[in-house]
Amino acid sequence: MELLSGGDMLVRALKDEGVEYIYGYPGGAALHIYDALFRQDDVKHLLVRHEQAATHMADGYARATGEPGVVLVTSGPGATNTITGIATASMDSIPMVVLCGQVVSSLIGEDAFQETDMIGVSRPIVKHNMTVRHPSEIPTLVKKAFYLAKTGRPGPVVLDIPKDMTAPNEHYEYHYPDKVSLRSYNPAMRGHAGQIKKAVDMLLAARRPMIYAGGGVILGRASKELTDLAHELGYPVTNTIMGLGGFPATDPQSLGWLGMHGSYESNMAMHHSDLILAVGARFDDRVTNATDKFCPGARIIHIDIDPASISKTVQADVPIVGPVHSVLSEMLSLVRESSASPDQEALDAWWKQIREWGKYRPRYYYEKNDDHIMPQEVIEALYKVTNGDAYVTSDVGQHQMFAAQYYPFDKPNRWINSGGLGTMGFGFPAAMGVKLHFPDEEVVCVTGEGSIQMNIQELSTCKQYDLPVKIVNLNNQALGMVKQWQDMNYEARHAHSYMDSLPDFVKLMEAYGHVGIKVTKREELMPALEKAFAMKDKLVFLDIYVDPFEHVYPMQVARGSMKDMWLSKTERV
Amino acid sequence: MRRIISILMENEPGALSRVVGLFSQRNYNIETLTVAPTEDPSLSRLTLTTVGSDKVIEQITKQLNKLIEVVKLVDLTEGNHIERELMLIKLKASGAQRAEIKRTVDIFRGQIVDVTSTVYTVQLTGDGEKLDAFIQAVGTVGVLEVVRSGVSGISRGEKVLSL
Repeated sequence: MELLSGGDMLVRALKDEGVEYIYGYPGGAALHIYDALFRQDDVKHLLVRHEQAATHMADGYARATGEPGVVLVTSGPGATNTITGIATASMDSIPMVVLCGQVVSSLIGEDAFQETDMIGVSRPIVKHNMTVRHPSEIPTLVKKAFYLAKTGRPGPVVLDIPKDMTAPNEHYEYHYPDKVSLRSYNPAMRGHAGQIKKAVDMLLAARRPMIYAGGGVILGRASKELTDLAHELGYPVTNTIMGLGGFPATDPQSLGWLGMHGSYESNMAMHHSDLILAVGARFDDRVTNATDKFCPGARIIHIDIDPASISKTVQADVPIVGPVHSVLSEMLSLVRESSASPDQEALDAWWKQIREWGKYRPRYYYEKNDDHIMPQEVIEALYKVTNGDAYVTSDVGQHQMFAAQYYPFDKPNRWINSGGLGTMGFGFPAAMGVKLHFPDEEVVCVTGEGSIQMNIQELSTCKQYDLPVKIVNLNNQALGMVKQWQDMNYEARHAHSYMDSLPDFVKLMEAYGHVGIKVTKREELMPALEKAFAMKDKLVFLDIYVDPFEHVYPMQVARGSMKDMWLSKTERV
Repeated sequence: MRRIISILMENEPGALSRVVGLFSQRNYNIETLTVAPTEDPSLSRLTLTTVGSDKVIEQITKQLNKLIEVVKLVDLTEGNHIERELMLIKLKASGAQRAEIKRTVDIFRGQIVDVTSTVYTVQLTGDGEKLDAFIQAVGTVGVLEVVRSGVSGISRGEKVLSL
């Protein structure tokens, strides 16, 4: 057996886990590890400009591939700078392993230089965290970290590594375990057969069914199973904003997404349905609106890998704990075997009603004006230029909603946004993580001039590692979503939702060695997008000035039911 | 409703703080908490009492189960169970008070475990209500110090919480 130092073991364990890239930033407590990285070529490290960006890069990679992203940082500020990124991953159940340096064990608790209790600080926002207490534990702890991060309901795992655990002068036997088992952790491998049967009977008996599919479909790699089941039944499907692409958006059975800014027909169909099949979705408050008014006539089947997600906010009638792909394929077999079939007459009437609701679309579709480019038309143009096949990451705000509304995703893992935590500054580094792994794919970050400035330093990282992502900046010179809420709820008192003294983004891009294009007129839009995407090897930043007064619609009325919505500034239904 | 939740968890550093952290993080109540290793030194047994609606209790047990170090748990209040709490109470005891306190201690089946010329230290076990009743019986005037262990519990009959 090979004898290795703790630092070498850590790096070797990453290699044996199949990790190709890690993202990070060095510092005192992590230097033994960085030295170990230097002395090998298998695991490649990307140096970011701020640790938060490293976590979002890892996160973007994880969302696009389903594999855990890996971050390496030093103790103290290095570790605390990852917190927002860890929380972002945690809220959206993204597999991630964060390796944090720590001061030497003998100094822990003495307020040593760059010491932070990272285990304590990260505790509420991780799936699990662990401290290395002896170098020989490193291979097992790394295996455990990856196992926990990617199995069951995925999530971030932090490994806290005191500097003496990676010391180069102490050597231990290295063996990377094939698997680990934990007596206290056994995620469900299959759903309960009786519950699945019951659910199928209810599904087939439904008259106004809805399939409500969330991010769990994407995380659980169950898009095909979901699509097959929906097609077999002929039932309408709505996705959450985390689940976009889990069911093809251009499929006639897709009603678009649901919730606060979801489509009118999705929200109406949910409200009036008699049976909801919830798949890998968690009845988030941005979906349900007021839970006491939520879908009064609906019985609910809820499939989720995490039992705690079931009946947390909305009571489920038939809970099914298990991996969505296996539960859905079992359901599909049962549906096919069953002598019963959906009541076609009822289903036809239901679809007829849904198509009526679908006719409301023009009432909340944007209107063009002569003065400004509309943010929505930018997204439509982007869809055209990329043939609807790009990886689109977004930041948080109006642009995020417009991107989700006007860029229909037909494939899973293509829409990458911080739906749970709502982290501004997420989109750009996430796009970098995606581009690194899919260099031949179009990777676009849709952002706003507020969000982009929260991680803009990564332009430098893109230059260093040649990551030619495209950035579409919907520049409305305001924190658009904040301003929209102020317009609607605070009599248009725009407290600090403006953006004065914006940088000249074109010059800024030039300073970093990239290309910037400013677009202010409608006729410049398509040519600028085409030009940007023709520059395959360049990071291009499109600074597109859009209508500063536009709101996102539909918008659910606060504390109302699913069906209570604003369709425009003046029309409330 | 008041519940007693009994948890077997890995006897590892940090496990307890994860349980306690969960309660503050998710805005749950925690009324009492006791914890100690079991006959298997790799496991700790933690007993806590909490108050909440059925829905909240369901979430509490599910969220506790999600913690990686939690191996198994049971809501003791779902079945017949025995509940005990230990109290050590220091009482002012001089003159005629001494005999009166001694009688009260006997009635409550407690023991005087330490004596000085002016102070009795009494040990008492029972459920929370019994301990409350004792404090009331001796009167708050003479109470110098009260230490309560928090609730421990176990199921009645053959039901056991083990691996």
